[in-house]
Amino acid sequence: MNHGPLQRESPDRLYTVTGGRGGADARALDSVTLIVSECEPVPGMQSEHAAILRTCVFPTAVVEVSAELGLPVSVVRILLLDLLDAGRVAARHPASSVQRAEGHDPETLKQVLLALQRL
Amino acid sequence: MPSNASERRAVPVRAPLATTADNALKIVVVGGFGVGKTTLVGSVSEMRPLSTEEVMTQAGAGVDDISAVRDKRTTTAAFDFGRITIDERRVLYLFGAPGQKRFWFLWNQLFTGSLGAVVLVDTDRVRDSWYAIDRLEHHRTPFVVAVNRFGPGPGLAEVRRALDVSDRVPLVDCDARSRESSRDVLVTLVQHVSGPVHGSAPTSASTPEDTP
Repeated sequence: MNHGPLQRESPDRLYTVTGGRGGADARALDSVTLIVSECEPVPGMQSEHAAILRTCVFPTAVVEVSAELGLPVSVVRILLLDLLDAGRVAARHPASSVQRAEGHDPETLKQVLLALQRL
Repeated sequence: MPSNASERRAVPVRAPLATTADNALKIVVVGGFGVGKTTLVGSVSEMRPLSTEEVMTQAGAGVDDISAVRDKRTTTAAFDFGRITIDERRVLYLFGAPGQKRFWFLWNQLFTGSLGAVVLVDTDRVRDSWYAIDRLEHHRTPFVVAVNRFGPGPGLAEVRRALDVSDRVPLVDCDARSRESSRDVLVTLVQHVSGPVHGSAPTSASTPEDTP
């Protein structure tokens, strides 16, 4: 519904935020990879990096970081890769990304079903 | 209302996940504009659905069907999502994704690794779902079809014919405003995924065919 703030975002600003880079490796960070801060923001840090560190004190999915910061997912991926490279955040990848060939494990499906049935 | 990045917030508005959470799962609800995707997600989500967007630039090329967007340098797709905590380690994210062809680039990243999809159908605009169903079949993503009932309309058998989906695909009625009804759609999907499609031993209870 309320997509106004993002759509008014200037492409130039998005370019600046990412230092002009594009095309973060989408395989490295799934839209639901959970990000956890490994440190506090430090003075002088790029404001978006600091905002991510504050947001990810608890595990937070990549798309949640995107919604929280009001930045497109692809831009957030690039910022997150910076922080990952610097060891400032950790990424918890979905189990499905490593066991794709076998499909989802039966125990996971069972737990999802039980949780839904509790709703 | 969502604020922009310049507004500093010490604590996010949404409730945090457990510190032990380490395995996020996905289900995608796909359908045409106004069919009730966000309503369905909101009905079962533990938080108010959040909204964000993905931008495709040239870097998104090389996946499939680039011809659909070749004439544009960037395409923006807005989408909503909600969340259901499963247990101390698992969390299920529910995405509401637009069904139109020009958003294929968004689908690729949302469907990768997902448990499956719900195709949400408005019987007045059945053909809005054709492209989504075609893509899901092509990518062998398990899915169910849910008819969001806005009023009297064609029966499920008729909808199945109009959509031309196999009898193996579960087809159910739902009311996306209802938590129970939306939950039942997701249960049908997970049972479908747990059945013959993905390895685990088929059980007699896992053939949720529609019973008109």
